[in-house]
Amino acid sequence: MKKLYFVSALLIIASMILAACGTPATEAPVATEAPATEAPATEAPTEAATEAPADVVSVGMVTDLGGIDDKSFNATAYAGVQQAIDELGVDGKYLESTQQSDYARNIQQFVDEGADLVVTVGFLLGVDTAVAAKANPDTYFTIVDYSYPDCFGTDFVEGQTCGSASELPNVLGLTFATDQASFLAGYAAAASTQTGKVGTWGGINIPPVTAFMIGFEAGVNYYNAQNGTAVEVLGWDTAANEGAFIGNFESLDDGRAITESLVQEGADIVMPVAGPAGLGGAAYCQETTSCWIIGVDTDWTVSASEYTDVILTSVLKNMNVAVFEAAQAVVNGNFAGGVYSGVLANNGVSLAPVAGASDDLNAQLEAVKQGLIDGSITIAP
Amino acid sequence: MSDKASSKNKTTEKKTSEGIGGGSLGQALLVPVLAVITGLILGGIVMLATGSNPIQAYGALFAGAFGTPSTIIAGIQTYFATGDNAELVKSLYPFTESLVTATPYIFAGLSVALGFRAGLFNIGAEGQFFIGALCSAYVGYSIKDLPMIIHLPLAIGAGALGGAIWGMIPGYLKARFGAHEVVNTIMMNWIAFRLSDWLLSGPMQASNFRPVTPNVAASAELPRFFEDPLRFNLGFFLALLFAYIVYWFLFKTTLGFEVRSVGANPDASKYAGMNIIKNFVLVMSFAGALAGLAGTAQVLGVDHWVGQGFSAGYGFDAIALALLGKSHPFGVVLAALLFGFLRSGATNMQSLAGIPVDIISIIQGLVIVFIAAPAIIRWLYRIKSLKVEEIVLTRGWGK
Repeated sequence: MKKLYFVSALLIIASMILAACGTPATEAPVATEAPATEAPATEAPTEAATEAPADVVSVGMVTDLGGIDDKSFNATAYAGVQQAIDELGVDGKYLESTQQSDYARNIQQFVDEGADLVVTVGFLLGVDTAVAAKANPDTYFTIVDYSYPDCFGTDFVEGQTCGSASELPNVLGLTFATDQASFLAGYAAAASTQTGKVGTWGGINIPPVTAFMIGFEAGVNYYNAQNGTAVEVLGWDTAANEGAFIGNFESLDDGRAITESLVQEGADIVMPVAGPAGLGGAAYCQETTSCWIIGVDTDWTVSASEYTDVILTSVLKNMNVAVFEAAQAVVNGNFAGGVYSGVLANNGVSLAPVAGASDDLNAQLEAVKQGLIDGSITIAP
Repeated sequence: MSDKASSKNKTTEKKTSEGIGGGSLGQALLVPVLAVITGLILGGIVMLATGSNPIQAYGALFAGAFGTPSTIIAGIQTYFATGDNAELVKSLYPFTESLVTATPYIFAGLSVALGFRAGLFNIGAEGQFFIGALCSAYVGYSIKDLPMIIHLPLAIGAGALGGAIWGMIPGYLKARFGAHEVVNTIMMNWIAFRLSDWLLSGPMQASNFRPVTPNVAASAELPRFFEDPLRFNLGFFLALLFAYIVYWFLFKTTLGFEVRSVGANPDASKYAGMNIIKNFVLVMSFAGALAGLAGTAQVLGVDHWVGQGFSAGYGFDAIALALLGKSHPFGVVLAALLFGFLRSGATNMQSLAGIPVDIISIIQGLVIVFIAAPAIIRWLYRIKSLKVEEIVLTRGWGK
């Protein structure tokens, strides 16, 4: 009996140590975008040095709930911080939030450490960012996917519990015209479809998601008007403001099921607008080789490279560019609050190379892009 | 409670061995304390294995959880010298932030512990947490222009009631139809999650597209004791009060005795004329109310609005807390404080030592394993096992 205790105890401890070691080890390859892997290793030594010389600009990023290795939102934003570390020599690091009440605490941590620029990722941090920005006018803040004044409801007071352009000159909101890049994706999809039907679906029916779908449908319609075709969009109808939604951003199973049903209705190209859940659709396409996927936010041939063979293109929301520019402005001493709008013209949004595109299609896409930039093509019908 | 009363409580606790699993207090605390220490040591080994410095990390963790003595002393000196308390208040930020973090843990831990005492495994604390938070938020933001003395208790009561209903349903199903509470509470969790998704993107949505509720009115907020950024609020003391109430209920009332009897042996209790159905429903309602109050304390005291990712899994951590606290209300408070300090200090550790917050989950996991399998700790530290009365945590199928 005693021996049994001994053996089982040993086994449990061994398995725990293995499991514990396994976590960081497996995490490393997951984070394809340098941040997660490099940060813990490099931060420790740099930190000690930062306290003393005050002239080194320090940048702190607070993630939302997705965590630093979400392959999308937070990872892309941190790529901008990483670029600032590499090219501008700033001291950068991140704090992960695991729940709503972490936002304020993490922001406060960076403020207490004397960070020059605090980057917050996602609209959920909007209120806490505004409160901290008001309390600390000497610290610069930039927030991804949020522009003020954008209060969550009537009970928020502009300039106190949510942002305000006039009252918070130390906050820069970063917004992205994803409908422009999605327009290009829709055009490319309409040009590439074999079945005459393309599909899209979303996580939740909210404007940041439907912006992609509206642009996509408009791009398809523009292609039809130009080429006299009748490519159909499944899963979204701008006029009715209705479409196919799975109700969350996490479930790969839901993403797979909805992709499957769109494909069975005839679509051979599908654009999932649901963060990680879209990977479920990519897995379905790869297994059945019956469809192509259009990635969103990041270039999926890089961030989800295992599905490269079914990825037609990706709608890029270049948060890294915007975050890097904010850091650069702090370094150069010309940081200005307000709203940054990422559009095709300033490369804030863009379309990744289209797989197997002919020179003709690439030329057409370039022409459409120029049309969107100079305003000769409009997304609104 | 006066000192006299408290010492009296302690003596009775020893006499009837109703305490933390019998034996002396030192004996009872020995395994949990050693489990925590062992967890921290193994966590340090994990840090070493991943190329971090555990001493620096734990230093940062400690400073992040309690504050640094030098700044606190400097703050006190400044206060007495100039009367300016800003620095003192700031130096107290880490410690109070830990207490803020511990508050929902206390409530949720009490919920699961109470269930364990009655032989019920309440895995539904997470769902009850969400329902409690949403009910409190609704009462908090939808009613306006009420004085705080009415509005705040109303909002708190709504959270408790919501959680109680969410707990009562599995309790009733168990008592009436014998449906196992583990299955039912898990299913109630999923109903709560989907319900909150729907409420946040529909009826309770603040603006036209953000899936968040409006801010609760100031009259429904749990009052804070200091200025921003200190979030320390009345919720912590409310949690301590409820810990005492649970203790009093379990060990000082006839009903509490019945609950513990049913937990120890439902068949014998039934034979002795106790009403099993009433007990199951009562305990699950009370447990649900406590978990609901965890959500209430979080929304009224800290966040003031509810959005996606409102909980970091308090309801599931609560199971660990109840185990660590040996299902005793005061043990749960201690365990919750430990989790609060770990979670709160982790922010500083992550920032200064560059160690991911996940390491805290690993340490928590290790501690739980050692608590669940005390034989490991006894073997590691060569402690002779004591013949102690084991608390029945939960029963199998069909009991």
